[in-house]
Amino acid sequence: MVASELQAGQFSGYPPQAQKLVIDHLTLLQKLPAVFVALLLREVIAYDWKFPAEREDLDRQLSYLASLSPEQLKAVLAGFESVRLSEELERFDWVSSPELYSQRLTAHLWASHQIDAFHVTADGYINKVDAAAPPEPLPVPRLGLMVVGQGVAETQYPLFRKLRKHGAYFSQVKPGNGFEKLLGAVATRASAHPAPYAHWYIDGGEEAAAPTPGVTRTSYETLAPVRTALLNKMEKAIQSGIGGPEALHSMMSQMRPEEVGLSAGTEHSVLNHFQVSVLAEGSGTQIFSTTFVQWSAREALRRARPLTLLARFAPRQRQRPMNELLSGKRQNPELDPAGSLIDADMGAYYTWLNQQRLSGADRSGFLVWFEGHREALAIGPSLPRGTESTSPVDLSELLGQLA
Amino acid sequence: MPGYMSLRNRLSPRQAVEAVSRNRRDFLRAVTGAGAATALFSLAPLRALATPRDRKVLVVTFGGGARDEETFMPEGQENIPHLLTELIPRSTFFTQVVNRGILGHYVATASLATGVYETFNNFAAVPPDHPTVFEYFRRDLKRPATDTWVVAPSNGFNRIGESGERSYGHGAGVVLPKRLLTAALSSGPSVEYEHLLHDNYETPLYTPEISGNEFELQHLADLLKLSVTDFTTHARNLASPDELSVYVAKELMHQLAPSLLWITLHDMDVAHAGCYSLYVEAIQRTDRLCAEIWKAVESNPEYAGKTTMFILPDFGRDSDLDSAGNGFQHHRTGDALSRTTWMMVMGPGVRENVVVDRAVQPLDLVPTLGSLLGFSARFSQGHPLPEVA
Repeated sequence: MVASELQAGQFSGYPPQAQKLVIDHLTLLQKLPAVFVALLLREVIAYDWKFPAEREDLDRQLSYLASLSPEQLKAVLAGFESVRLSEELERFDWVSSPELYSQRLTAHLWASHQIDAFHVTADGYINKVDAAAPPEPLPVPRLGLMVVGQGVAETQYPLFRKLRKHGAYFSQVKPGNGFEKLLGAVATRASAHPAPYAHWYIDGGEEAAAPTPGVTRTSYETLAPVRTALLNKMEKAIQSGIGGPEALHSMMSQMRPEEVGLSAGTEHSVLNHFQVSVLAEGSGTQIFSTTFVQWSAREALRRARPLTLLARFAPRQRQRPMNELLSGKRQNPELDPAGSLIDADMGAYYTWLNQQRLSGADRSGFLVWFEGHREALAIGPSLPRGTESTSPVDLSELLGQLA
Repeated sequence: MPGYMSLRNRLSPRQAVEAVSRNRRDFLRAVTGAGAATALFSLAPLRALATPRDRKVLVVTFGGGARDEETFMPEGQENIPHLLTELIPRSTFFTQVVNRGILGHYVATASLATGVYETFNNFAAVPPDHPTVFEYFRRDLKRPATDTWVVAPSNGFNRIGESGERSYGHGAGVVLPKRLLTAALSSGPSVEYEHLLHDNYETPLYTPEISGNEFELQHLADLLKLSVTDFTTHARNLASPDELSVYVAKELMHQLAPSLLWITLHDMDVAHAGCYSLYVEAIQRTDRLCAEIWKAVESNPEYAGKTTMFILPDFGRDSDLDSAGNGFQHHRTGDALSRTTWMMVMGPGVRENVVVDRAVQPLDLVPTLGSLLGFSARFSQGHPLPEVA
């Protein structure tokens, strides 16, 4: 299948906005290497339920490509043109199934030792796009707020070990109403800088308060029926002989919200697709609440690029045999607060790394607090790195230092 | 490409590999006073050292994927006290074992066992395409089936004992301890055994069809002179699937004393579930089990003084700094850190407390075993490591 032969009619199965985007750029797509177009279509086909930041990304890339001369286009995409494909991939209908094509291509790149070269090509391309069209300045510096250690009375674990060199450690934080203060900070920022999906609250247990206007929320407990439905579908697929893990992965990646009990209506469509992707494509998110929070935060930052993110970890269930965990049949499983604290500590570090990958990283703020305790760590442009403060401090004051 | 983030390694792949190697090398020299192999070579050719006629070899994969961050980097060293204080001082340690193959556990372990980068589907229950070390060993040295065994986790490793290469065949018996335990618990797994049956972290629920040279419960019980009741009683007191594997391996050593024994550990692949605490706990357990295996060697008259043991990971895991991955959780980016591991070799004739800095490949393992044991790994794409063979 070659890109130069693409026709508008081939995209009739695409959702409306995705279809329009393709047809508006069909002439451009016909000039591009097939591998590149297939991967682009993997993103485009989900355009209708992508976050605004993701749509801007796609629009920006298409504008950049459209601005290039034929010679420039050839040079920029030469690495994609030179990928050696198998006969199966050459014949593959990537217009209809770009996600499946992407999975097969990945396997082929590994097996044919082309994966490293492909990474270099992809990096080079993205760097060129970024250089040609830098992102708009942010209305306010990003702020990440992490809450770890729920249910842990005391610990010997050296918290924030990976983050300490980047920020200031506080050992005398006043814990009273701590979480409410953080929630309040999110609400204030959402009110001052309203934008779709710009402010998030993710919880590994029950959501703490009534919905706040302008704050996108998701939680492990709220999604319990969805998780159960998803696990049931996985189990049934296996029992029916779906044909191995790759087929299962493919099935999961195409799961739609309405298949697992979420509405597909326009109001919640984008968030519901996001939640399903976290549970269906994230490894461990269905069974461990700590993994759910870390992966949700990662995906929210990567995809929605919020200005504010509050994520609270809760105790996960203890490890049991995977097959039993995935069957979801044991009620009230035993919890592992101590292990969850270690998971959350690493999850906070990963969330900071992911936040630093976004624009405005040099101005962003980050706070991680051991819930109910006196330990916290804050990172921001005005806070000295690698320092420790033993002075009593309120969480509101810490937030003020990050503002 | 769309959605592909630009912030990947801050170092080039070569710089990253060199940094990892340097870190391990400097650390080892600092804590053990280890010397460089190149300096010692001119003094004493290894071949001149004593090599017992009835040499035995154990290969232990520190498997499931461990990163330097949780092992040889300063903050990770607390997780591997046994490697650092008991085993490395007795080893020749290779700081750069660079895996250029597919980073899936079965296909990578099969590549270790064949000396060729195998390219089959990691999740398929298929034999390696090229002859395995077990087939070379048995054919060239005319060894019986009982003289070489593989003890492996049950997720797809059941075909690793012998290849699909027609001119070979007759490889190792493969013992899958978790499957044995499941079979032994005829009424179904009970709560007291569930911790031993954690399975298949990367592809939960998926169980490949069993076929090949896998040993069934009764057959193995007969060979090991072990009753099913004894087996389940011992199992009850163990902490994890890898503990079960080491228990079975020790029984094999005790009853059959195979000359070539391959133990694939896998607990740490629990990292795929995203729980850092479980991953680190598994590394600590693997560290302890490696020391236990060596103690079993030294305390067993069939093995003591004539066994060379190789310990090496199958590969690493993704770097925290590669935005295409999710750090310790997976091994999907193919970044330099996930490809660069290490290997330690110990036993009679192997220099102790020596560090080898040059880059080698996991493919070099099989030809090295060939040099030690006296068979030709003729299809392997690796080369014998002169520092230890």
